[in-house]
Amino acid sequence: MSASAVHSLWTMAADPIEKIQAPKIEYGQLSPTLIVIGAAILGVLIEAFVPRRSRYYAQVFVAIVALAASFAAVVGLAAGGYATTKAGIAAMGAIAVDGPALFLQGTILLAGLLGVFTFAERRLDPAAHGKRVDSFAAQAASVPGSDSEKAAVKAGFATTEVFPLLLFAIGGMLIFPAANDLLTLFIALEVFSLPLYLLCAVARRKRLMSQEAAVKYFLLGAFASAFTLFGIALLYGYAGSVSYATIAQVVDGTVQNVSPALAATMGNDALLLVGGAMLVMGLLFKVGAVPFHMWTPDVYQGAPTPVTGFMAAATKVAAFGALLRLLYVVLPGLRWDWRPVMWAVAIVTMLGGAIVAITQTDIKRLLAYSSIAHAGFILAGVIATSPDGVSSVLFYLGAYSFVTIGAFAVVTLVRDAGGEATHLSKWAGLGRRSPLVAAVFAVFLLAFAGIPLTSGFAGKFAVFKAAAESGAGAIVVIGVISSAIAAFFYIRVIVLMFFSQPRPEGPTVAVPSPLTMTAIGVGVAVTLVLGVAPQYFLDLAGQAGVFVR
Amino acid sequence: MSFPLLTATAVLPALGAIATAAVPAAKRTAAKWLALVVSLATLALAVTVLVRFDPDGARYQLTESHAWIPEFGVRYELGVDGIAVALIALTAVLIPFIILAGWHDADPLETGSKRWRPTQGFFALILAVEAMVIISFEATDVFLFYIFFEAMLIPMYFLIGGFGDRAHEHGEETAATQRSYAAVKFLLYNLVGGLIMLAAVIGLYVVAGNFSLTEIAEARANGSLNMATSTERWLFLGFFFAFAVKAPLWPLHTWLPNAMGEATAPVAVLITAVVDKVGTFAMLRFCLQLFPEASKWATPAILVLALISIIYGALLAVGQRDIKRLVAYASISHFGFIIMGIFAMTSQGQSGATLYMVNHGISTAALMLVAGFLISRRGSRLIADYGGVQKVAPVLAGTFLIGGLATLSLPGLAPFVSEFLVLVGTFSRYPVVGIIATFGIVLAALYTLVLYQRTMTGPVKAEVKHMPDLRVRELVVVAPLVVLLIFLGVYPKPVTDIVNPAVKQTMSDVHKKDPQPEVEAAK
Repeated sequence: MSASAVHSLWTMAADPIEKIQAPKIEYGQLSPTLIVIGAAILGVLIEAFVPRRSRYYAQVFVAIVALAASFAAVVGLAAGGYATTKAGIAAMGAIAVDGPALFLQGTILLAGLLGVFTFAERRLDPAAHGKRVDSFAAQAASVPGSDSEKAAVKAGFATTEVFPLLLFAIGGMLIFPAANDLLTLFIALEVFSLPLYLLCAVARRKRLMSQEAAVKYFLLGAFASAFTLFGIALLYGYAGSVSYATIAQVVDGTVQNVSPALAATMGNDALLLVGGAMLVMGLLFKVGAVPFHMWTPDVYQGAPTPVTGFMAAATKVAAFGALLRLLYVVLPGLRWDWRPVMWAVAIVTMLGGAIVAITQTDIKRLLAYSSIAHAGFILAGVIATSPDGVSSVLFYLGAYSFVTIGAFAVVTLVRDAGGEATHLSKWAGLGRRSPLVAAVFAVFLLAFAGIPLTSGFAGKFAVFKAAAESGAGAIVVIGVISSAIAAFFYIRVIVLMFFSQPRPEGPTVAVPSPLTMTAIGVGVAVTLVLGVAPQYFLDLAGQAGVFVR
Repeated sequence: MSFPLLTATAVLPALGAIATAAVPAAKRTAAKWLALVVSLATLALAVTVLVRFDPDGARYQLTESHAWIPEFGVRYELGVDGIAVALIALTAVLIPFIILAGWHDADPLETGSKRWRPTQGFFALILAVEAMVIISFEATDVFLFYIFFEAMLIPMYFLIGGFGDRAHEHGEETAATQRSYAAVKFLLYNLVGGLIMLAAVIGLYVVAGNFSLTEIAEARANGSLNMATSTERWLFLGFFFAFAVKAPLWPLHTWLPNAMGEATAPVAVLITAVVDKVGTFAMLRFCLQLFPEASKWATPAILVLALISIIYGALLAVGQRDIKRLVAYASISHFGFIIMGIFAMTSQGQSGATLYMVNHGISTAALMLVAGFLISRRGSRLIADYGGVQKVAPVLAGTFLIGGLATLSLPGLAPFVSEFLVLVGTFSRYPVVGIIATFGIVLAALYTLVLYQRTMTGPVKAEVKHMPDLRVRELVVVAPLVVLLIFLGVYPKPVTDIVNPAVKQTMSDVHKKDPQPEVEAAK
């Protein structure tokens, strides 16, 4: 093995200077990520140079075009066989281009596209001083309630930075499930986390809550990142490499050449177990699994609702993608060690999310706990450790993200004088005032509950089937029990909407622009199509079920 | 390719539901007529199924089979045996009457949003339930069945929670609260049952590798698919639990009185006469065929539960003060008979049980719908609020009496035949069970006659004095049902001819033969 082969994209800089050679970058295979990041940088330039009045349009245009182009690139790569026969490692071992990566990238991009639509919505809030406003603060830097804030509102400022931030986050998310070495994984994690922390802080209404949410998310996220990084360091100590393939080889005991400098620590199982646990912990934090879920309700509630919807959908997709790759590529040799732990995590996540959700009175918090319960269901598919398990998780993630974005988009519509009316009591009788909106929301809730003929049922069936086939019958039984518990609070919202009398001072339903309508419409359509005729997408996920090594 | 008759029978009401829901708010009456016409057209299709079904032909007829979700091993497979044909016919017959009886139940009281269309919703939901029930009777793929078995809860839930009796003794606010309580209770009970079944459905897939009822049953019969005894028992319990909630069997029955009490009479009929039949039907079709050994293993326990249902339901019916709840408890008692007939494992018992499902549907519909007409006139569900109705409204009282007598299985009316068959079938294998169950009939006479006596006879109460007799629409609902009751009571052969071959098949699935009388005597 040549000396350069032990180096990855990241460690090359440490070599003596005469050895430097241009890294080999497969631009075509990396094009989805490159397009999005490039557009994000373009967005920053737009912020700097384009006049204020045109920024919004320029940003929305760039974001939509970039995401669509990137999605087209993903489809092109998949059609070109990069998901199956030509799957391989790109960028000197840093990025994997394979079925799961492309499937998840496609899902993230579509979720991101719908996310841009909800971000760009400017018809919900009444216009301030003759200017249409979106869900974001006029000037994020101004102190809430201060004169400078009032001045900013009066001047009609808008935080159009959210679009490049969103694109950066999506860019990081695209790399995250495709990362094939630990350092790339970590950098992707930071690239998508930091913009999200910021996005959480810029709500137009309830700014203090929004800032509180951002601080909580940032602090806990920083802890989680630290854990992740520590885990990476320990794994490097264990294997002498940050590359997934090499670590897997060391775990299996099939490693080819051992670096003499690392021979002393290499293969020390304590490093592997502790490092692996810390790394998985960091990912479980992002996924929102119990007991690393504490941030979820506060952040979901405080963040601007479009951000919540995007975050709930896309972060989950990216983080589960990374978790899958880690467990299936790096640590399969350790299956007997991590499976019992993940069993326990899946069980407490399913039950914990479902039980705590029952007492919630705020619709965003309720959806937050519901997302925790769903993380548990997805984990049931993750621990199946079979190709069926991978494809079931991929399918579930795809189905779930559309339901989530749609549901949060509906939440943005129900408003009273104080902005969004998220307290559940205000939703009473919504079905009589606006039957269509309530019916759409009911469809999303039924999908969350996993009622047949919605995508939620197909997804749930897929993961439970995979779990049962791998011998995890107990998980399936606990899964259906938590589904039953969870059904209770989804039903409660439906009862409120349809069977309660509307309150005289109740909220009104804003009429959105075609942007939000598209987001909701696509959400409903995908939910029903995946419920009635899931075969095409199951096939797609099934073909994408193999990780490249 | 031949015309997909079974699909059409289920799809027609589904399309009708969508069309009905789409009728503009102002055109309420048009929506009602549309729903009625669709339900009659569905009846015509169901009759075609009945005519084209050959009782002595193959086990499953008019079959359709298409790939649906190969990833899960799921096929879109339909096929009917005699039992399914009888129940599809029952469903298709009852729905037009339910729609007619509920003609004014969903007229909007208060004006909500311009888009608020309760009437359209009511009739669309009824048709949606019909579509889902019919396809559950037709499905020979376990997964396909499960999907609609679960999905039908949602329209049912809205029917119970969204529409109640016009007048309520405690005012509209309390009524709405009780209604939504009943609806949620209905949904949660059935959802939990369904989710437990989901675990069993997944388990079945892991064991069998596909969901085709015919394939699995065949593989079980010829021994190519062996299940461990404990696996089979667990799977059986998962399936049976869901069906026992739906049926409902004691002690999983408590949602039924709430649901039937709070729903309008037509919806109550829809629950007990149509939707609940899916539960007992599924016991026959899925529990016995897929898990014959476990079914035999569980028989003693199930018979005991069925006996408790019979006696307990009847006793509580005697004690009810509310007409609709009384009918609900009577139904629990009758479902006990049906389940007892199924698990007695004799051909008489199972034929009787199937016939019982049909007859119970018709007799409960007659009794409950007349009770609904009565309640809508007086605005109260309490028995004590009535008295002497037969002097004021003799036709109403007369049809109520016939419905009641059918419920207590008077000879000459349809339920007598089925109850007799069930009792004989049970007695020939389990004499003690048969004897105890007979007490249920005595209690049935008690609650029915006392109900009639308190409401219809005696001095005319002041509030009842100006009660109008049955109107034309109401007569159109009741008269055919009464005719059916008498006809099937005198001449049940058309139904038994269709049902018997299917029952024989089921009996051979569980490897049971009817006990021979002389052998019994020799013991």
